[in-house]
Amino acid sequence: MAGAFLRARALSKSFRGLRAVSDVSFDVPAGAIHALIGPNGAGKTTTFNIVAGVFAPDAGGVTLDGVELVGKRPEDICRAGVGRTFQIVKPFRGMSVQENVAVGALRWTSNTREARDYAADTLALLGLADKRAMSPDHITLPDRKRLEVARALATKPRLLLLDEVMAGLRPTETDAMVATFQKLNADTGVTILLIEHVMRAVMALSQRVVVLNHGEKICEGAPADVVRDPAVLECYLGEPAPHA
Amino acid sequence: MIETMLAGAPRRALVALALLLSALVAAPLFVNAYALSVLILALYYAYTGQAWNMMIGFAGLLSLGEAMFVGLGAYASAGLFQKFGVPPVLGLFLSVAVSAAAGAAVGWLAFRFDINGVYFALLTIAFSEFTRILVDNWAYLGGSEGLFLHVSGLAGWDIVNLRGSPVMFYYVLLAMTSGMFLLCRYLLASRLGYYWRAIREDQDAARSLGVDVFACKMAAVTISSGAAGLAGVVYAFYYNNLFPETAFALSHSIDMLLGAVVGGVGTLFGPIFGALLLTPLGEALTAATDGLRLPGVKQFFWGVVVAAIVLARPTGLWPMIAGALGLDKVGLDKVDADEKSGR
Repeated sequence: MAGAFLRARALSKSFRGLRAVSDVSFDVPAGAIHALIGPNGAGKTTTFNIVAGVFAPDAGGVTLDGVELVGKRPEDICRAGVGRTFQIVKPFRGMSVQENVAVGALRWTSNTREARDYAADTLALLGLADKRAMSPDHITLPDRKRLEVARALATKPRLLLLDEVMAGLRPTETDAMVATFQKLNADTGVTILLIEHVMRAVMALSQRVVVLNHGEKICEGAPADVVRDPAVLECYLGEPAPHA
Repeated sequence: MIETMLAGAPRRALVALALLLSALVAAPLFVNAYALSVLILALYYAYTGQAWNMMIGFAGLLSLGEAMFVGLGAYASAGLFQKFGVPPVLGLFLSVAVSAAAGAAVGWLAFRFDINGVYFALLTIAFSEFTRILVDNWAYLGGSEGLFLHVSGLAGWDIVNLRGSPVMFYYVLLAMTSGMFLLCRYLLASRLGYYWRAIREDQDAARSLGVDVFACKMAAVTISSGAAGLAGVVYAFYYNNLFPETAFALSHSIDMLLGAVVGGVGTLFGPIFGALLLTPLGEALTAATDGLRLPGVKQFFWGVVVAAIVLARPTGLWPMIAGALGLDKVGLDKVDADEKSGR
């Protein structure tokens, strides 16, 4: 599975008059790792949900390798090659960790044995091998975030959408997760778009960063440039105090 | 297919199942006519409870209109038999088709508009009531005065026409219950079973993994209601009379789901266990309180029992008992681990 090229064109989405996303465009080339950052309420997750087919945009379009995704159901977008995680984790609580991931693998095989085997391998990749027989209720939140990743990954996506999967991880765990994604990206070529507040991960992982604020794209560039951009600093830290 | 079904089943459970089946096969040799009639009822509720469990327990769809599916199946084969002389062994195909179509129609209406939970339950009650009123006013099928089947040859073993002794009905129901158990086991271990459970737990997450939620729910409601239609055939030919007021009654639906609720919703053996426990209990209670002239005491007792079980063991009795007997599902994960480590 090679990575897919994602293009978002002039996306807009309002909720009862609130402009959650306003005229946002960006490209993620095949095989690239890009990040979407911004303060809370900037429209990052809404953008993800438009790409994943949860919301239809009021205007604009999304293409994956040139194929329009807007108008498709979330399950069809998954089948088109998009795997996504949920910021607020949604494990299948009545199923074991391995069964959770097997559901993802059943996207491409109808053989449940093959799906379970693939699930076991995917869990091993994410360091969850010893937890695979457990209930998702009995693992920690960072592990449940890993489970989200494993489940999405098991669908063999060509584009992986990661919504704050490193929140709550310790720095060493973050580094391990970053290494996992880098290896995954190198091995399979999967395109990755991540929403992340953990800047340690964003700086290490992403080749390019899109910054949203109040639903608008205010900046895009290499991570090192973006963090020095005055507009970005302002939206995170406020206006510089006037010199006394 | 057999390999899939056996995967993860502990040997103890298979042995226990074989023992139970042997006991049930031998039972008619040892029990009197009254006890046999109780067993017939218990198997009927085990089968229908299992069909109901497929919707709620596997796919998370709460149906309170099981009586509609059973009733339609009953009227379809009984009508064909009585009006056209079609034997039930052929009529059952119409029964299953009519009930499955009714289930598909309700499901299509509900799932197209993403109606779930109690709203889906209300929809099934509503359709069950529509059907009751419709049949109540359909003079051709007897209307409210009921549809009666020719009663003859009730001593023999005429499977084709389902005319025979209670022993015959007992074995027919035992075969149906066993078949239903195997079907559920197979479905649960299949891709559809995984998808159903995923939908039951979180529909949005299931969608994001490529699960066609609409199609899977349609499959659940169609298979389950078709299976209930088959129970209707036995219902009609065992009782030899059909009344819309009882066949389509909400209380008929409740009687069918009670065993599964008490045994354990979502478990494979819970509905069977619950029905085998509750039916004799209910009959014993009726017998014990017969002389007291206390109308409604059985219903009152049901209320107390179900409330107690639901409060104390919301997941039903079977998971606890299976655990105590060491019959728990070992889990498919354990099997993989054992195989990889060469055991």
